[in-house]
Amino acid sequence: MSKKFVQINDISRDTPQLSHVDNADLMPLPVDFEEPEWGVISDSTKEEFACILDDTAILPIPRPKTPEEEKAFVELFLSGMEKLFTAENNWTFLAQLVTTMDHCAKCNTCSTGCHIYEASGENEMYRPTYRTEVFRRIYKKHIKKELWSDWRSGKLDLTWQTVARLGELAYRCNLCRRCAQTCPIGADNGLVAREIRKIFSQEMGITTPELHKNGSMLQLKTGSSTNMNSLVVKDNMEFIDEDIGEMTGYQYETPWDVKGAEILLIHNAGEILAWPDNVGAFAIILEAAKKVGLIESWTLSSDLAAYDSINYGVFYDDVQYARTALLQAQAAKKLGVKKIVLGECGHAHKALTVIADRVLPAALLTPRESCFPLLRDIVMSGKIDFDPSRNDFPVTLHDPCNVTRLMGIIKPQREIVHKLCPQFREMAPKGPHNYCCGGGSGFAIMSRNNIPDWRHKVAGRKKLSQILNAFDDCRGPETPKYVCAPCSNCKGQIRDIFDRYEMKDKENMIYSGLVELIVNAMTDVKEGFIKWEDEF
Amino acid sequence: MSIIAYLIAYVAIVVFLGAVVAKVMAYKKLPQHVRWELYPVAHEASRAEHGGSYLEDVDWWKKERESSMVGELKVMIPEILLLKGVWEHNKSLWWVSFPFHFGLYLLAAFAGLLLFGAVLHAGGVSMVPGAGGFAGLVILATKILGPVAYVLCGLGAVGLLVRRLSNREMRNYSSVGHYFNLILFMVTLGVALYTWRAYDPEFHAMRGFVYSLITFKMIKFDSALFATQMLMIFALMAYIPLTHMSHFFMKYFLWHDIRWGDEPNINTPEIDKRIGENLGQPVSWAAEHVHADGKKNWVEVASFNPMRPDGNEAE
Repeated sequence: MSKKFVQINDISRDTPQLSHVDNADLMPLPVDFEEPEWGVISDSTKEEFACILDDTAILPIPRPKTPEEEKAFVELFLSGMEKLFTAENNWTFLAQLVTTMDHCAKCNTCSTGCHIYEASGENEMYRPTYRTEVFRRIYKKHIKKELWSDWRSGKLDLTWQTVARLGELAYRCNLCRRCAQTCPIGADNGLVAREIRKIFSQEMGITTPELHKNGSMLQLKTGSSTNMNSLVVKDNMEFIDEDIGEMTGYQYETPWDVKGAEILLIHNAGEILAWPDNVGAFAIILEAAKKVGLIESWTLSSDLAAYDSINYGVFYDDVQYARTALLQAQAAKKLGVKKIVLGECGHAHKALTVIADRVLPAALLTPRESCFPLLRDIVMSGKIDFDPSRNDFPVTLHDPCNVTRLMGIIKPQREIVHKLCPQFREMAPKGPHNYCCGGGSGFAIMSRNNIPDWRHKVAGRKKLSQILNAFDDCRGPETPKYVCAPCSNCKGQIRDIFDRYEMKDKENMIYSGLVELIVNAMTDVKEGFIKWEDEF
Repeated sequence: MSIIAYLIAYVAIVVFLGAVVAKVMAYKKLPQHVRWELYPVAHEASRAEHGGSYLEDVDWWKKERESSMVGELKVMIPEILLLKGVWEHNKSLWWVSFPFHFGLYLLAAFAGLLLFGAVLHAGGVSMVPGAGGFAGLVILATKILGPVAYVLCGLGAVGLLVRRLSNREMRNYSSVGHYFNLILFMVTLGVALYTWRAYDPEFHAMRGFVYSLITFKMIKFDSALFATQMLMIFALMAYIPLTHMSHFFMKYFLWHDIRWGDEPNINTPEIDKRIGENLGQPVSWAAEHVHADGKKNWVEVASFNPMRPDGNEAE
C-alpha cells in the first residue's frame, strides 16, 4: 500500500485500513539505520478487535459482529459525546473543549508543531487537525445539531468505522500539546485526543489494559501499578537502601510514614523496580541536605497509592484521575506533612501539582512542588561538596513535556547540570518548546501487538534525532554520552529507542535521571555511581 | 430604500453586539475548568523569556507571584497585529493571512474615524470635503485609510480563498462555509471599493450615514449602489460573530483564561467555591468502573474505590 492522501471522509469507509506508514516515508534520521518492517498483528487479534486504522493496534476495540452491534456501538459513542459536552459530566475540560470546537480556523499551523505528523512523513491521518476535524463534524451535526451543519462545518458519514478509527486515532497522540502551543488562536487538538479517550473509557468502557486494568485500577487495588503493596514496596526499598549504601559508602535508611515531616516524597514506583539507583540517589541527596540543615525531615508514605506518584487517569479518564489524586492528597493530610515533593516523573508532576489544584477542594490540598527547585537549592547551596570532573562527559538534557511546556519548570534542572556537568549541551529546541520523547500519554509502558514499532519508528523518532544532533561533535562509540531524562516514562521510552537503534553499541550512549548526576558528583560518595555498563 | 438601509444597519449592530455579548456570557457561564496552562506564560515577568513559572521556586506558595501586564502586551501586540505565530510556524499562509487580518484592523480603524467624524459633525463641526483644521485631518485620514483597508483586506480574502482551494491539505479541512465567508468578504469589499470610486470618493456619504445612525435622523439618500454597499457591510458585520471568526474576541479567553490561566487555588475563595459547585454535580457516565447512576455526585464517585469497595486501608 503506497502513501495516499487521506480525505476526512475516508475515516468512515469500509476499508481494511485507513492508511499505512511506509519506511520510505519516515523522516530521515541523522544515522543510517535499516528500519525493520512493521510487526504483524495476529489474525485472532484482528478478528476480535477493530484493527482498521494504520499498521498497529493500541486501543482494543471489540469489532462489532452484526449491524445491530455496529449501530449500538455508534449510539454509545454519541451518548458519551453528549455527556462530554455537559457541565455536570465534564466540568473539568468543557471550556477548553468548546472553544476548540468553535474557534479553530483550520489553518493547519498546528501541524508544524507535531513530531508524530513530521516523523511519519506527514501522513495526513496523524495531522493534529485530522482527528479533531472528524470529531468536530460529529459534534456539530449530532450533538450541537447545528443548522446547515454539513454546509457550515463540513460533511461526514458516521459509521462504526468512523468511531472505531477515531478511538484508535486518539491513541496516536502523545498529548504533549505542542500543537496547542503552536496554534495562533489557542485551540487545543491534544486535548481533543484526550477527550476522545475519555468517551471510550468513561462511557464505553474501552481502555488500554496498560493504563486501566494494569494501571489505574491496579493502583487503586494494591497501591501501585507495579502491583507492589505497601509491604512489598517497603521491603524493596530496604533492599535498595542496603545495596546503594554498600555501593556508595553512604549509609542511610529511607524514612517511612514520619508524621509531621517537612517533605513527603512521592516517587513513580516504576523507579523502584526499573531504576533503583534513582530512588537511592534521591535518598542520599535528601539525607545529605538534612545533615547540613537544608531540610528538616522527609518521608515516604506507605498509604494506598501514596508511594506511587503515577496517575494514569490524567491520560484517559477523569474519574480514575480524581480517585488517585484524592488518595495521594489524603495520605499527605494524614501524615500532616508540610509539603509533597514529586520525584522524577513528569505526568505525576502535572497531575498532582497543577490539575489537582482545581479538582480537589483547598482544604484537602497540601502544598505540592516539583523536586527540581528543591534539588537546585540543595546543589547551589554550597553546603554540599561536588566534584564536577566526575561528570566530565557529554551530557544533554531531555525536557519532559509535563514539567516544562505544561508547568514552566525550566531553569532549576539547567542550573544543576550547568554546575555539575562540564560538557553539558542543550538539545534544540529546548525547554517549553521541547519535543516529546514519544512515550508520553502512556505509550512508554505499552508493548502489546506491534506497538513498540509505532512508538519507536514514529513517535520517538524526533527525540532520537534531537539527541543525536545534540552530540554531533562527539559521535561514535569512543566517547561516552549521557542523556539526562528526569522522568520515568521518558526514561522507559528512551531506553527502548536506544535499544532498538543500538545506541549503546554504536554511540556509547546511556540515559538516566538528574539525581544520578548529582550523586555521581558528590564527594561524600564513592566515585562511579553512574555505571556505564549496567544501563542496558 | 434609505429607511430600510438604516433599519437593517440598526438590526445588524444589535445582532453584532448581542452575539458578542452572548458568546462572552456563554463562556463565562461555563464551569470552572481545571488548570491547563501552556508555557511560556507571558505574564510571568522575568521568567517569561525562558518559559518559566513560579513553580520554579521552592515553597512557591509562600512567595509573592510576579505578574506583568507589560509582558502580556509584549506578546499579544505582535501576535494580534502582526500574526507572529503564523509568521513563525506557517509562513506561506502568513503572506495571505496577514493582509486579511491587518486589513480588518484598518477597516476597524476606518470605521472608528467615520464614527469620530460623525460625532464631530453632530457636535457642530463642519465635515464637508475641503474643511480645514482638525476636521480636515480626520477627513484626510479617513480618505486614505478606507481604500487601503479595502484593498488590503480584499487581497487577503482573495489570497486565502486561493490558498484554501489550491492547497490540498487546507481544502481537506474546509467547508462550504469557509468559502462562503471569504467570498462574502471579497464581494462586500469589492462593492465598497467600487462605491468609493464611483460614488463616494471622500466618504462623505458614508460619514453621513453614520451621522444619521447616531442621531437617528435617517437622512435620505438616493443611490442604490450606496444602499447596497451599506447593507452588505452591516450584514457582514452581523455575520462575523456568528461564525468561527468570533475568534477575534474569543481569543482573549483562549489565551488569558486557558493558555495563561495559572492562578493557583491558594487564598482564592471564589475558585474554591466554584470547585465545590463542580464536585456537587451528578455524574452519569455509563462505564462500569465509574459506578455512576446519575444521582451520585463527583465527591461520591471519586471517593469510591471500585477495587476496594470496603475501604482503602493499606494491606
